[in-house]
Amino acid sequence: MLRLALLFLLAALPLRAEEIVADLSQSSVGISATFDGSDILIFGAVSREAPVPTDSPLQVVVSVAGPSEAVTVRRKDKRVGIWVNNDSALIDDAPSFYSVATTVPLQEALSDGEDLHYKVSIPRAISSVGAQIATGHAQEFTEALIRIRTHNGLYQVHEGAVELMSDTLFRTSIDLPSNLTAGEYTARILITRDQQVVDSFETKLDIQKVGIERWLYNLAHDNAIYYGLMSLFIAIAAGWLASAVFSYFKA
Amino acid sequence: MQIYLPIAEVSVNAFLLLGLGGMVGILSGMFGVGGGFLMTPLLFFIGIPPAVAVATEANQIVASSFSGVLAHFKRKTVDLKMGTVLLIGGLVGAYLGIQLFNYLKSMGQVDLLVKLSYVVFLGIIGSLMFVESLNAIRRAKKTGTAAKRKKHNWVHNLPFKVKFRTSGLYISAIPPLMVGVFVGVLAAIMGVGGGFVMVPAMIYLLGMPTKVVIGTSLFQIIFVTAFTTMMHATTNFTVDIVLAVLLLVGGVIGAQIGTRIGVKMKAEQLRILLAILVLAVCGKLALDLLLQPSELYSLGAPGGH
Repeated sequence: MLRLALLFLLAALPLRAEEIVADLSQSSVGISATFDGSDILIFGAVSREAPVPTDSPLQVVVSVAGPSEAVTVRRKDKRVGIWVNNDSALIDDAPSFYSVATTVPLQEALSDGEDLHYKVSIPRAISSVGAQIATGHAQEFTEALIRIRTHNGLYQVHEGAVELMSDTLFRTSIDLPSNLTAGEYTARILITRDQQVVDSFETKLDIQKVGIERWLYNLAHDNAIYYGLMSLFIAIAAGWLASAVFSYFKA
Repeated sequence: MQIYLPIAEVSVNAFLLLGLGGMVGILSGMFGVGGGFLMTPLLFFIGIPPAVAVATEANQIVASSFSGVLAHFKRKTVDLKMGTVLLIGGLVGAYLGIQLFNYLKSMGQVDLLVKLSYVVFLGIIGSLMFVESLNAIRRAKKTGTAAKRKKHNWVHNLPFKVKFRTSGLYISAIPPLMVGVFVGVLAAIMGVGGGFVMVPAMIYLLGMPTKVVIGTSLFQIIFVTAFTTMMHATTNFTVDIVLAVLLLVGGVIGAQIGTRIGVKMKAEQLRILLAILVLAVCGKLALDLLLQPSELYSLGAPGGH
């Protein structure tokens, strides 16, 4: 038993020979009233005790994922001459935002097995087990989800966007669009050799509404009655003001 | 200048919203309509989620009708008794409308409901107004005077008769109640005040004198849309106050300009222009339903928001 454990340790050791040291240009992003998208710089280095292995090239895969939530995907069909929502599928778990950047095309950087394990490519990052059972044809709904979110800039694949210098230093920038939802995001870096993951590194990125946006959003959800009354008060006040200004100009 | 809307969770150009508010304000000033029936579809077109557009527009209408009704109170052209009867119906209707709205939202059919309602009502009202104003123009050319007759229809044979002194009517309370319910449902589903349905109903169905119709309908609209706003805010969390304020500011300024333009034009010309506008919006929405959309799929939160 002990011998077996030792064997594992020995086998595991070379894997730890290269380690990621990385950071983000900012650990939190605030969505303010004038938020118009943002760029996050992800940079780091590969630290190693031994000289650089030369058998296969080092690849870096960087992904940033937003909070996951269930999504209903609906398909329109023509019924009595008009296009109406008909079939739908529930995707259990889809990140609200997902961006993956790599040094080379993803298939070259990562084997299918490793992709399945680490859930790196967009289809793998989305889980639709429930939909598969419920409808039996979740594939097209998942594809539609990816297509729509890609179109909205929420799902991005940037192959070749990670710069790697001297097999040690790497950097990439992730573009956060303006239609971002708040929540806890996860940035993950994988380094691979021969399509196998050598080391992985994860860090949190906190994206929150700030200032008046945060205040209004929280008020609308936690104190809906006060929020509604405030909306009405503002409306009545504005209406009264308009009438007052109007009659002042008339007089 | 981009503004991130906290509830709609989209970033939009603030000047675009001010401009839209201004344009719709000009039209509402020119034609004396609330403008909700134009603003809500325009908000769909610029990418505001329909649920947020409907709820927020209700809030904006509170402001514009309140501004309008004050002037009518000064001129004593509000029939409070009739307004109250319409209001009771309106609140019941709005409550029912919200239930229907939420039920269809959970079914994923709320967009269809909203758009179909728009196509049907804008189509009917637009065509009626177009034909009516065309006839009016013809009549004006021929004789210069319009024929007027006192109608006595089935409305006058119903029970629960009530005296409405400001309107000079002695009719059953049932028809105004029904009109109120109907308009309330529309307000909740379509995010409109419902003036474009209520005003013709008051004139042609109830036989109210034209001078008290606008004030009374505005009076009713304030309360029904305020109720709708509260219902949407507390059950759906879809009232976006930032969006409402931006639309308000544009709308208020636009309405003043519009009123001045409106004074210079003839009533029949104004009505026919409005009819064409209404039909154009109706046509655009109808095409969206009839033509195959470029993206057949849409995303939504599971089981409502």
